[in-house]
Amino acid sequence: MNREHGPVLVIAEQVDGHIQPVSLQLIGHARKLADGLGSQLEVVLLGENISALYPLLIAAGADRVYIGDHPAFRTYHPQVYITTIVENTQRYKPEIILVGSTFMGRELAPLLAARLGTGLTAHCIELELDEKKNLVQKIPAYGGLMSIICPERRPQMATVAQGVFPFPRMDTTRDGEIVNIEAPEIISSPLEILKIVREEPRGVSLESAKTVVAGGAGVGDNEGWKLVAELAELLNAGLGSTRPAVDAGWTGIETMIGQSGKMVKPELYIGIGLSGEQQHMVGVIGAKVMVAINNDPKSPVFKRVDLGIVADCKEFIPVFINEYKKYKEME
Amino acid sequence: MVNESTMLKLAVCVKAVPDPNKADQVKIDPVTKTLNRVKIPLVINSLDKHSLEAALQLKARLGAAITVISMGPSEATSVVGECLAYGADLGYLLCDDAFAGADAYATAYTLACAIKKLGPFDVVFCGRESSDGATEWVGPELATFLDWPVITMVKEIIECSTSEWIVRASIDGGYRVVKVALPVVLTVTRELNSPRALSFSSILKARNKTITVLNIKDLDISEENVGLKGSPTIVSELTCLNNTRVCEFIEGTTEEKAEALIHVLVSKGVLK
Repeated sequence: MNREHGPVLVIAEQVDGHIQPVSLQLIGHARKLADGLGSQLEVVLLGENISALYPLLIAAGADRVYIGDHPAFRTYHPQVYITTIVENTQRYKPEIILVGSTFMGRELAPLLAARLGTGLTAHCIELELDEKKNLVQKIPAYGGLMSIICPERRPQMATVAQGVFPFPRMDTTRDGEIVNIEAPEIISSPLEILKIVREEPRGVSLESAKTVVAGGAGVGDNEGWKLVAELAELLNAGLGSTRPAVDAGWTGIETMIGQSGKMVKPELYIGIGLSGEQQHMVGVIGAKVMVAINNDPKSPVFKRVDLGIVADCKEFIPVFINEYKKYKEME
Repeated sequence: MVNESTMLKLAVCVKAVPDPNKADQVKIDPVTKTLNRVKIPLVINSLDKHSLEAALQLKARLGAAITVISMGPSEATSVVGECLAYGADLGYLLCDDAFAGADAYATAYTLACAIKKLGPFDVVFCGRESSDGATEWVGPELATFLDWPVITMVKEIIECSTSEWIVRASIDGGYRVVKVALPVVLTVTRELNSPRALSFSSILKARNKTITVLNIKDLDISEENVGLKGSPTIVSELTCLNNTRVCEFIEGTTEEKAEALIHVLVSKGVLK
């Protein structure tokens, strides 16, 4: 066995010159992994006019930053990004590569993994080293956690959603090496990005909401979903969902909470008509007070919350809305 | 009349997944450390219905030949048959003991080998993710093995010809419009379309269509590259989570429950 471990590499991401929160969170956790391996922490960041960002990456814990600052990197283009990353970051043979579970990360990570001929674990909620220094990548599954390892191939690759790891303490006195990535040769690609449109977010942002109201399959139908949405609006809450609710077409994927959706940390979480599936519940683990409303007293969700209401949500929500309005008037 | 030579050749990758309504019965096999699906009925992965619908709409509009490809156990034959009943022209099941236990990487590799063998194709459709694995990796990894471009999370096909497509695809908080020269792998989201219902007459019509089963020899690939052996990742352990919360049930009439819940939440300082 080779005792020397290659670096841990974080693929950072910026949008319009703003570093993505998940990138800093990943650097914070990757620092611990690099220290555990006795290796270095590298970060790669591509974009245009991003020279202001690299001190942040070093302060967050990077030893070496690969910066590609060029119009060709302005927006994510799969071929341009993959080719550039492969050509510039494989010299020291990374032991681990971490990518945020953003839109870009979800496309880039599997392209990179297949290109490097290695494994990739989706949307991990824990990453730690075992006694053999393998990266143990944990994902929720079957009511518990499933540990996945990539024992024989390197790098070991994983994606992680925003909010899984905390922000690191920024240390502006740290030193780090900057490696400038040259502009790529013109990469001929069958794929051309014609337009990127970012829409104004609607409603309360789930990630920063003090209250989150989430609905699942037990909401029943569109009418039931409207009640959940009405309650969320009344409480000035972020509107969340489970995968079955998204699959039913009642709400968009941007409302999905959990392993492959969003991680939230509200003061109050109200889960309506959902069964407490692990994939969803890992997304609300940090909530202060948790309430479940479900018509089945035996639903597993009641093992995961602080307060339980056994009721049909279509009957309960209108009454609750009414009682809450009365309470606000009396206040 | 549709000219055969300019007709689009579409492949739709589908996955037979354990019925999501019964998915909580799925257990891990302690020996192989892969999912034991023996007693769970298999159904078509719900996003793959949107892939198939996209292909069926193109067939109706422009004329297209649709080949459905699935990798799975012999029980997955019914899922391929269902796709034929919907209107796909050819159905293939990649089925071999050696394929079992594949992670996304080995699955994508096996599908890529089949696509190379059964092609050429202009477009390969995949659901963005499967309800059981939920990794989203197969489409992009398949594209890499084919050395084709991929566009993930496609929610609208804006323009399509036999040489070039323009599609709209989701990104964080918005969308992108992408032009691509064929061939291409597309992974699709639910917004792309509403899958049709299956009619009795189409089921009858599909009875004469055959499902071809291909094994590892038919695909001419090495055992080292498929199934558990060809998978870089393995499941090493399963652990249980400790529930730290104890649920207090609020009883009474609906009004009493609502009132009490408001009272408790206000007293805990989490409701104003």
